[in-house]
Amino acid sequence: MSGPELVGAVVASIAQVALVVVGAPFLTGLMRQVRARMEGRVGPGVRQPARDLRKLLNKEAMRPEGSSVFFVAAPVVLMATTLLLAAVIPFISTVLPIPGADDLFAVVAVLMLGTVSLTLAALDTGTAFGGMGASREVTILALAEPTILLAIFALSVRVGSSDLTDIVEGTLASPTQVLLPASLLAAVAFVVVIIAETGRLPVDNPSTHLELTMIHEAMALEYSGRDLAMVELASAMRLTILLGLGVNLFLPWGVATSVAVLPMLLGIGAVVVKVAAAAALLAAFEVFVAKLRIFRVPELLAGSFLFALLAVSASFFLR
Amino acid sequence: MNATMNHGLDLLCGGILLTGVLVLWRRELAAIVRLLALQGVLIAGLAALLGAAEGSAELYLAAVGVLALKAVVLPLVLRRVLADSGEARETEPLVNVTASLLAAALLTLLAYVVSQPLVALAPSAATRALPVGVAVVLLGFFVLVTRRRALSQVVGFLLLDNGITTTAFLATSGLPLVVELGVSLDVLLVVLVLQIVAARMRLTFGGTDLDELSELRDS
Repeated sequence: MSGPELVGAVVASIAQVALVVVGAPFLTGLMRQVRARMEGRVGPGVRQPARDLRKLLNKEAMRPEGSSVFFVAAPVVLMATTLLLAAVIPFISTVLPIPGADDLFAVVAVLMLGTVSLTLAALDTGTAFGGMGASREVTILALAEPTILLAIFALSVRVGSSDLTDIVEGTLASPTQVLLPASLLAAVAFVVVIIAETGRLPVDNPSTHLELTMIHEAMALEYSGRDLAMVELASAMRLTILLGLGVNLFLPWGVATSVAVLPMLLGIGAVVVKVAAAAALLAAFEVFVAKLRIFRVPELLAGSFLFALLAVSASFFLR
Repeated sequence: MNATMNHGLDLLCGGILLTGVLVLWRRELAAIVRLLALQGVLIAGLAALLGAAEGSAELYLAAVGVLALKAVVLPLVLRRVLADSGEARETEPLVNVTASLLAAALLTLLAYVVSQPLVALAPSAATRALPVGVAVVLLGFFVLVTRRRALSQVVGFLLLDNGITTTAFLATSGLPLVVELGVSLDVLLVVLVLQIVAARMRLTFGGTDLDELSELRDS
């Protein structure tokens, strides 16, 4: 990579991180607002989650008695892994400074590292709800992880590389691939995984206040002040990142393939519009579904696993 | 066959496989009947596409026949059975839905493995999609083995038949029209007979759970 190109790549990477950090609370706000409007409520406005975060950031973080370093480290690890993902996944440009860091397996491993650190922290507090939330989260994680790997694997078969950048560039080069059965099946599987992984309906209810039905919220129950702000911001960022990854894998148009200014600006605009549209669709879908019983969730995830597996096999026998 | 047609063929075959799998996923029998009708439409589309590729009027006729039988007549008969029976859901399959879905994954891979020698005989876009037909046949067998309602048995049988039809279209661009007509009439007759059997079962036992048929009884 030449000198100016490296500078451009670093700028693109920083722009991605900034976009995700700033955009994530507004994305959450947008989803809540869409839901509120469709349910006939006025809604608090798109900026409410950002205001909540600012308020929480100015408050002191309390630590439960007897909790260890896991509890303190979890928000930091969660935030660090999320920031790393925001920097390496091709959101606005396929030219990024660390080649190889956006390998499929590396990305999934880093994603899971954040989740696991939060479940360890939830166990560390020793409360009943923390343990329950952690156990449920790990159950869902164990079922969702093979699916996410298989779904992206189905896409990587045709480009012959597990690099996300190569997959996005491959789809940009031949756009009709999007309509192949393998891509469509993988897209469905991926959407289910995004829903499970970010704790949206019908797997988990993000706005629940009933402890018995919580999954993600139960794990964050003991956090307060700055730590809570960090956990909530990181969760919003993970949703943004997964949605961004989803739209760029399956509809990559607008992603810049060079480091010139104009394509990069176009890339920023495209990814913002696409992610906002995907989030609004997801929120609209949530209005119409009820939360699944926790024992039915494995059924949903087995279905999405099957879709991913069919996608992989279809990419071999339907070419 | 040009690239657009290949693309369409892939999409249709993907759709046929997907509807077959979704039959295992859904519990509502009405939804399953809708899926079967959709699968019928897709198979008719496949026949029409192959007809266009080979410029054969016979395949167009076969497509119209498949559309009429599998997408209109059979779903109508099934809906009548459903409305009479009052059983809206497959309540207790012998294998639960999660395990069925995983079994479906294995069956698809099995279909892929066993049809490799067939594909190797004459590799083309149509024969490469052959595993789809074989997989739908296996899924049909699976439904027949694990579901207990009489209507689900009919669904399994129809899935089996859809798989055989798909395989025939993909492997040899369809059977001669006479054979096709004979098979279609047979299928229609079997479904009508099964409808009567289901009605008799309901009169005798008050339900169509096939486990009721495992013992001999007086009365």
